[in-house]
Amino acid sequence: MVYFAKWKVVMVLAICVLGLVLSAPNFLTTEQAASIPTWLPHKQLRLGLDLQGGSHLLLEVDLKTVTRERLDNLVHSLRGILRGGKIGYRELGVEGETATFRVRDLADVDRAASMAKQAEAGTVVESDGSGKISVRYTEEAITERRNQVIAQSVEIVRRRIDEFGTSEPSIQRQGRDRIIVQLPGIDDPERVKRLLGQTAKMNFRLVDTTVSAAEIRARGGRPPPGSEILPSDDEIDPTTGRPVEYVVKKRIMVPGDNLVDSQPTVEQGRPVISFRFDITGARKFGQVTKKNVGRPFAIVLDGKVISAPIIREPIMGGSGIISGSFTTVEAKDLALLLRAGALPAPLTILEERTVGPDLGADSIRAGKIACIIGLILVLIFMVISYGIFGAMANVALLFNLALIAGALSLLQATLTLPGIAGIILTMGMAVDANVLIFERIREEVRAGRTPISAVDAGYRRALTTIIDANLTTLFAAIILFMFGTGPIQGFAVTLSIGLMTSMFTAIMLTRLMVVFWLRQHRAQVLPL
Amino acid sequence: MALIPLRIVPTDTKIDFIGKRKLAFVFSAALMLLSVGFFAFKGLNYGIDFKGGILMEVRTQGPADLPELRAKLSSLGLGEVALQEFGEPTDVLIRVERQPGGEKAQQRAVDTVKQALGSDIASYRRVESVGPKVGDELIRAGIIAVILSIFVIMVYVWFRFEWQFSIGAVVALIHDVISTIGIFSVLGLEFNLSTVAAILTIAGYSINDTVVVFDRIRENLRKYKSMGVEDLLNLSVNHTLSRTIMTSVTTLLALVAIFSFGGEVIADFSFALIWGVLIGTYSSIWIASPILLFLNIRGQISPGVVANSDAGG
Repeated sequence: MVYFAKWKVVMVLAICVLGLVLSAPNFLTTEQAASIPTWLPHKQLRLGLDLQGGSHLLLEVDLKTVTRERLDNLVHSLRGILRGGKIGYRELGVEGETATFRVRDLADVDRAASMAKQAEAGTVVESDGSGKISVRYTEEAITERRNQVIAQSVEIVRRRIDEFGTSEPSIQRQGRDRIIVQLPGIDDPERVKRLLGQTAKMNFRLVDTTVSAAEIRARGGRPPPGSEILPSDDEIDPTTGRPVEYVVKKRIMVPGDNLVDSQPTVEQGRPVISFRFDITGARKFGQVTKKNVGRPFAIVLDGKVISAPIIREPIMGGSGIISGSFTTVEAKDLALLLRAGALPAPLTILEERTVGPDLGADSIRAGKIACIIGLILVLIFMVISYGIFGAMANVALLFNLALIAGALSLLQATLTLPGIAGIILTMGMAVDANVLIFERIREEVRAGRTPISAVDAGYRRALTTIIDANLTTLFAAIILFMFGTGPIQGFAVTLSIGLMTSMFTAIMLTRLMVVFWLRQHRAQVLPL
Repeated sequence: MALIPLRIVPTDTKIDFIGKRKLAFVFSAALMLLSVGFFAFKGLNYGIDFKGGILMEVRTQGPADLPELRAKLSSLGLGEVALQEFGEPTDVLIRVERQPGGEKAQQRAVDTVKQALGSDIASYRRVESVGPKVGDELIRAGIIAVILSIFVIMVYVWFRFEWQFSIGAVVALIHDVISTIGIFSVLGLEFNLSTVAAILTIAGYSINDTVVVFDRIRENLRKYKSMGVEDLLNLSVNHTLSRTIMTSVTTLLALVAIFSFGGEVIADFSFALIWGVLIGTYSSIWIASPILLFLNIRGQISPGVVANSDAGG
């Protein structure tokens, strides 16, 4: 029927007005939109990184390192326990994902197994009967630890980026062991990548002065037990052209965890980093420096010696200065890293996508032009083909665009360049529903129906076709959203929203207009 | 109002589409063979999304001196480095192949290239680096997405129509997907994530077109109970012809606007969509519908299934 219930008219118009109101803030500048009271629609389209410029980084947390460290610790505690229990063992070590050892005396197997259980919670102990005992972590313990490490990594990444001072960064865990970092408007992604590429595990240790690295290398020997050879971070040996090496004690004097603050500063015209320990750290540092006046100690960061100064006097105040050959930026970044804390595991950059602000602006401009030209072409074509009815479809199309913009603003879905293409594509496809209806009406007229009954039948019969046709496209869009990333998801979003709003505008809104037009004109022949 | 609409597509066409099916099948078979052949022997020009590697769009100070830039970059020992002017004389697209040695080597290569380019560059418009791990995952996700959407569409068409229709629809879809991959191989266009998105959109558009024709076939099956299937298919395709053409034209108008004015970044993407609209329209008429001839649709349509589509009759 061409009758329209009052409430339906009100509803259709209300939705259209809502679309206009919701999309309205996009016609203002960002500052103007920000000054709109919050009870009014004030949200603007959220632009993707490809339009506003910025960096997208996909990081992977290296869980293998964590597992390895954890197993090493497990071996360490097993050794202590077995020694304490006076159980003879051999071949204690890591085998794949388990810590294993052999009991010398088979009579000790049961006792050893039950003691091994005490080494750490969340472990399973297995004995194969031949005296070999293996200890591994339970699935739950592994998952729990993994989640802990990732959560901690996300937290440290967030702290580092916040300290770096970028606007509205987004840091999210993705999947099993990944972190997505999105940094809108950043102009120097290399620096952020350097910041995230370092674990920043720092500690203070004593330098082993009994032997020099060169001596050990010369006789092809190994460092004394309890010491290791570490390369310098920046000093190059002029004779070999390789980094200078230090023999450093393995025992950690003060770990980096005890740092509470670090700031870049300048000493004698050179950039240095000042740091401060917490109470525990300050006490430890005081004790060690008191005992080792005149000897060098090493400041070790991620397995490299940053500097190895001589202790001139006991440092009791809990604060000090790290000097090395830093540039101002390096000093600033290192201080930031120390402040933000160490990552529990190294991060690997799997994927990087950076768009400069000028390309983003160019894309917006090109997208706008393409949108306007596409729109004009479609509008003209519809009027040429369907006359007054085409004009009504065009009004619906304009409302459709407002609804898409309004829905995107309301949902704060991200608009990307392919997303703009999605909007333009839906413009072409949005009129499809009207084309279906109008063609159907034409057919009904040819079959000899009166205008009113032709319109009625046209809408009714085209309806199932429209729904079937749009739903299938919608399925493709939803799957695209599930499997796509970033810009492509943006395309899927605008396409889906566009399909839904276009069904509304094409079916409800044009019908309303057609019905009112019919009532007004009481036409005997449809101008279609 | 004096707006007199033009009939762009003549009404009451009686074109013998289905009668020309042999010609269409030969054409499509040739298209498929060609696509598969090119895919097998020439392969696709995979972008870094799938292959891994580095892509940079840079703007140089003044017009770009490609030979000089090329000489600079190829001496870095980063394997194959491809340069290409991109839109403007000052804009250059640099592609560096996937680096052996995993994700770390990849990141180092980005640094190396940036250092080598140094002050020649006014701005880095775009830097993308995809490591081998992500590339492999994206390939898998892309394949799954395409297969899954074809499957979902098949199930939906089966549910809404009959199994014969879903076979017709899926054959047409696969035809469109393969020929799109084929045209990318023939023209050597970059095949990346956007291309997969384009393929899925093409699938959506093509099925949209097919469903409209199928809807009419179903309706006519009820209406003209004694008509031969071939005539009936022809009648249905002709009934929906003006709509098919009108929708294709409006969609193409919009797409040509993106292709011409949307910028270099999405030019290939919109090209794929334009191809898809053309091939999708063709396949709805000449692939999806004629296939029904061989699948005995008459016996399968029970009156109950379509009861409401003709209720107004």
